[in-house]
Amino acid sequence: MSLQPASTEIAARTAAVISEMKDLEGPLLPILHGVQEEFGYVPQESLLVIADALNLSRAEVHGVATFYHDYRKQPAGRHVLKLCQAEACQSMGSDAVAAKVKQALGIGFHETARDNSVTLEPVYCLGLCACAPSAMLDGQVIGRLDDEAIDEIVAEVRR
Amino acid sequence: MSAIIYIPGDSGALALGAEKVAKATAQELAERGIAAKIVRNGSRGAYFLEPMVEVETAEGRRAYGPVKAGDVKGLFDAGFLTGGQHRLALGDPEEIPFFAKQTRLTFARCGITDPVSLEDYEAHGGLDGLRKAVAMAPLDIVSQVTESGLRGRGGAGFPTGIKWKTVLDTAADRKYIVCNADEGDSATFADRMIMEGDPFVLIEGMTIAGIATGATKGFVYIRSEYPHAVATMNKAVEVARKAGVLGATVLGSPNAFDIEIRVGAGAYVCGEETSLLNSLEGKRGVVRAKPPLPAIQGLFGKPTVINNVISLASVPVIMDKGAAFYKDFGMGRSRGTIPIQIAGNVKHGGLFEIAFGLTLGEIVDEIGGGTRSGRPVKAVQVGGPLGAYFPRELFDTPFDYEEFAKRDGLIGHAGITVFDDTADMLKMARFAMEFCAIESCGKCTPCRIGSTRGMEVIDRLAAGIEPEKSLALVTDLCNTMKFGSLCALGGFTPYPVMSAITHFPEDFKPTPARVAAE
Repeated sequence: MSLQPASTEIAARTAAVISEMKDLEGPLLPILHGVQEEFGYVPQESLLVIADALNLSRAEVHGVATFYHDYRKQPAGRHVLKLCQAEACQSMGSDAVAAKVKQALGIGFHETARDNSVTLEPVYCLGLCACAPSAMLDGQVIGRLDDEAIDEIVAEVRR
Repeated sequence: MSAIIYIPGDSGALALGAEKVAKATAQELAERGIAAKIVRNGSRGAYFLEPMVEVETAEGRRAYGPVKAGDVKGLFDAGFLTGGQHRLALGDPEEIPFFAKQTRLTFARCGITDPVSLEDYEAHGGLDGLRKAVAMAPLDIVSQVTESGLRGRGGAGFPTGIKWKTVLDTAADRKYIVCNADEGDSATFADRMIMEGDPFVLIEGMTIAGIATGATKGFVYIRSEYPHAVATMNKAVEVARKAGVLGATVLGSPNAFDIEIRVGAGAYVCGEETSLLNSLEGKRGVVRAKPPLPAIQGLFGKPTVINNVISLASVPVIMDKGAAFYKDFGMGRSRGTIPIQIAGNVKHGGLFEIAFGLTLGEIVDEIGGGTRSGRPVKAVQVGGPLGAYFPRELFDTPFDYEEFAKRDGLIGHAGITVFDDTADMLKMARFAMEFCAIESCGKCTPCRIGSTRGMEVIDRLAAGIEPEKSLALVTDLCNTMKFGSLCALGGFTPYPVMSAITHFPEDFKPTPARVAAE
């Protein structure tokens, strides 16, 4: 079963995103952000449309889209959970937090649960270093993660 | 006058439950039929007290914290709106030792005002610097910034005024001011706090930079991990445009200046200035070789001032109070104040702005209050993932660019991560290499390949395979990375690695336990 839209539809929706941002100076990153917001990922079909509109080669657009960690090749799960793994969070036991979350969700970093409920990702700093260890669930920030908070997060993504 | 309740909307406070506190407060107000205004201020920076709720009373502001949603009803019962006694009462926030000991110049308003209220900003001295700047000749503005001794707060410590002078002196049809808000270093959150808590000070600083150098367009490149900062900055830019602070006639003067907010895409290396410029242009965030300097050929090949958030946010106070006022703070060639960010395993974590010169020990033990876990401090990493690990023996090092360099360290963006005695320094050294491998832009070989090889050699060390040879190899590799990399990512990764090896040799010796664990 595929929930991904047909390629003609992708092209049309991508073109709409492009037309909104084409006049910006250096529009490629804003366009890729817009496309990802539109589809939840950056479809291969979009790259062609973008390359065409910006008079770039497909290779150039592919190069940019794959350089940055944020752009997804596939749609994420319904929730996206990012666990900070940088030094300040490590000093407060982010390793143990990650191990617990991975076990509870049954997936590792860069993986999506089979029921599509959640995608788990590491993140290198959320700027919440004075309330470590920290996480971000669908854009919502959570600090001083303890067992109780982890249980709440797991329950939330399973709902 | 109805009461005013301040509940921070800063991400750090939100991460600790400020949103729930705000909801509970609004509900209590409705149920009790009290007319009061809730202001979502920034954070003053004491994260051990967040969410810190403040109320405006006849005697001035009174703080309560850390407040949980469940405490709100009790606070109302205790009459906190008029400063009533409660177990969470902190009294006058200005007198809380953590704040009373600070010298707040750049962060003077952060946590006090409504971040997106220009009236509030002006009532607290905002725009005074810009008003003086619009009446001055560009060269005089640049001279004032140069004289203040302000150096790049992003980490490199390059004199801000000299950078501006180069842009001013370079003729071009278009120039840019780029604000580097890609604050990716662990332990740093000063940029985030100012963007969420006092965005107008950054807008004011950038506008002054524009007038001083002849640039008419500014970009703020904010990392995507900071969605709240992005939202606040966008809102503030909109407000500033409407009020004529930005636009074709800045504050009614003939100067034009506008700002656009851009969002990064999760690449740490884009905090490096030339890589950031490539990213803004819509390219891969690959580092550029220098020269040409960005001040001569920067964004889209035009002369560009690229400064860190804190450097730009420090400009308004320098313009308002004068170069001598700012220069008066600090020591040696490190002038003015620095927002030190105390993070990690620390009891009193947060942002502490003070003149340069405090010793590392004073910062960690006295201000930070030691570890949160209560165990002894083993190491502190100063300057983010590319900064050195300092042992307690070096805690007498004063916070100063040159003093840290003398001890093979760096201040960087002034973030300090505290580790207790459970930290394994071999693991931290390996992580430094791993991080470099993940984030390398791939342009130069020492960084791209060296980081992966470094990880492998440290793994061999951990496994006790030819330890002496491995140690010599990793030292040699660090030397190659330090002198052969194009930018600070590959060039500075040796700092955490070598400092861990130098100061904590016991963690790199093969132990029976470590061998057994493999």
